[in-house]
Amino acid sequence: MRAIELADVGRAYGERVALSGVTLAVEEGETLAVFGANGAGKTTLLRILASLLRPHRGEARVLGHVLPKEGWAVRGKVGFLGHDPLLYRDLTARENLEFHARLHKVPFARIDELLEAVGLARRADDPVHTFSRGMIQRTAVARAVLHAPELLLLDEPLAGLDPGAAALVEPLISGGTRVVISHDPTFRGDLTLGLRDGRVAFCERDVTTDDVRALYA
Amino acid sequence: MRSAVGALLRKDLLLQRRTPEAVPAMVLFSIGTFVLFHFALDEREVTGNLASGILWVTLLFAAVLGINRLFVSEREEGGFDGFLLAPVDRTSMLVAKAILLFLFLSVVEVFVLAAFTILLLGPSPWGPLPELILVLALANAGIAVIGTLVAALAIQTRARDLIVPLIALPLSVPLVIAAARACAPLLTEGGAGALEARWLAILGLYDLVFGLLAYAIFDFLLEE
Repeated sequence: MRAIELADVGRAYGERVALSGVTLAVEEGETLAVFGANGAGKTTLLRILASLLRPHRGEARVLGHVLPKEGWAVRGKVGFLGHDPLLYRDLTARENLEFHARLHKVPFARIDELLEAVGLARRADDPVHTFSRGMIQRTAVARAVLHAPELLLLDEPLAGLDPGAAALVEPLISGGTRVVISHDPTFRGDLTLGLRDGRVAFCERDVTTDDVRALYA
Repeated sequence: MRSAVGALLRKDLLLQRRTPEAVPAMVLFSIGTFVLFHFALDEREVTGNLASGILWVTLLFAAVLGINRLFVSEREEGGFDGFLLAPVDRTSMLVAKAILLFLFLSVVEVFVLAAFTILLLGPSPWGPLPELILVLALANAGIAVIGTLVAALAIQTRARDLIVPLIALPLSVPLVIAAARACAPLLTEGGAGALEARWLAILGLYDLVFGLLAYAIFDFLLEE
C-alpha cells in the first residue's frame, strides 16, 4: 500500500510560491529523504503531509486519505517533529507528554517507557525551560512517537543531539514509514527528494552524495 | 470531546498556576480603574446605575486583558499544531478556553467586588449577593464565548492586541447594557430592588446566540 501519494502538489504564501509540482509516491515502510537549502519548501511539504497546511494545487493522499478533505482521518496517525518542539516551556517533560497522551488517548505507562528510552527519566519532572536544546529535542521526539504513529514526519530529528543522545533517539524514529528532512548529504532514504526554490530538482531512488551537495551550491 | 476539553483545561490551569499572568493583571487593572473613578468622580460613594455602569465597564476592560492572553501559549509554544495533530474535535478548544476565561473572570470578580465595595460602592452588595452572582455568571458566560471567539481570530493576526478590543468591545455592547441594567437595582441605596427578568433573559439569549455562532465557526478560525 502507498503511504504517500502526491500529484503536482503546490503551495504559495501570497504571491510567493513555496512549493510547486511535487509528484511522488512512498510505499508503506519506506523512508523519503528530503533535501534542499533553506527556503526550498521542505517544511511546507512536511506541514502539508501533516494536514497542517492546505495544498493550493494538486492532490495529496496520505495513508489513503485525500488532504485536506480527509485531514481528520490522518490526524492521530501521523507523528510530527518540526522546528518547533510543540512543548510548553513551563510544564515538565512528563506534564507535556501527559497532555499529548490525553489528547491521543495513550496510556501513561507509555510515557515512562519513552522517557526512559530518550534518557530523560531523571529529569522528567523538571520544567522544559530548564532543558538544554538536545534535551528539548529528545522530549520532542518522545512526543512525536508517543501515540505510535503510522507515519513519521521528521524535520532534522537529530538536530542539536550529541552522538550519545542521537543513538538513544534513532531506534524510536527508525523502522516505519518516514519522511525525513535532512541536511546530512550522506543520509539515505528509499526515495530521495531534492528541492530547489520550491521545485523538484530530483526525486529518485538512486542519488549520489554529489547530487545532494549540488542542491546547496 | 470531554476528555480533550479536560486535557486542555488541565494544561491551561497548570500553566496559570505556574506562571500566573492574566488574573493578577486583570485584578490590578480593575482596582486601578476604581481608584481613578474614585478621584475622577470626586465622590466617595456611587450607587444604582452609575455604580453598575462603572462595575461592568471596568470588568469588560479587565476581561480584554485576559482575552489577549488566552491563546498566547498556543501561539508562542506551538500548542496549536500539537492540538491540530490530535484526533480530537477542534471545538473542544473553544469549550476549554471559554471555561478557562469564565474561571478567570469569576476569580477576578471575587477581588474586584471586594475592592469596588471598599473604594466606591455605597450600599453593601452582600445582601443581594445571590442575584448578583446570577447576573455575573450569565454575563461571564457571554464574555467567555465572545472573548474566546475573538481571541482565536486575533491570534492569527499580527495586530492581535488591537483586534481584541476593536472587535470584542462592540460585540459586548448588548451584554454590558443587559448586565448593567440587571445589576443597577441590586446596587441601590436603601435596600436592593427586584432583579428584572427581562435583562436576565437578554443575557441568556446573548449567551445562547453567540454560543451557537462560536460553535459553528470556531473550526474555521483554527484553519491556517
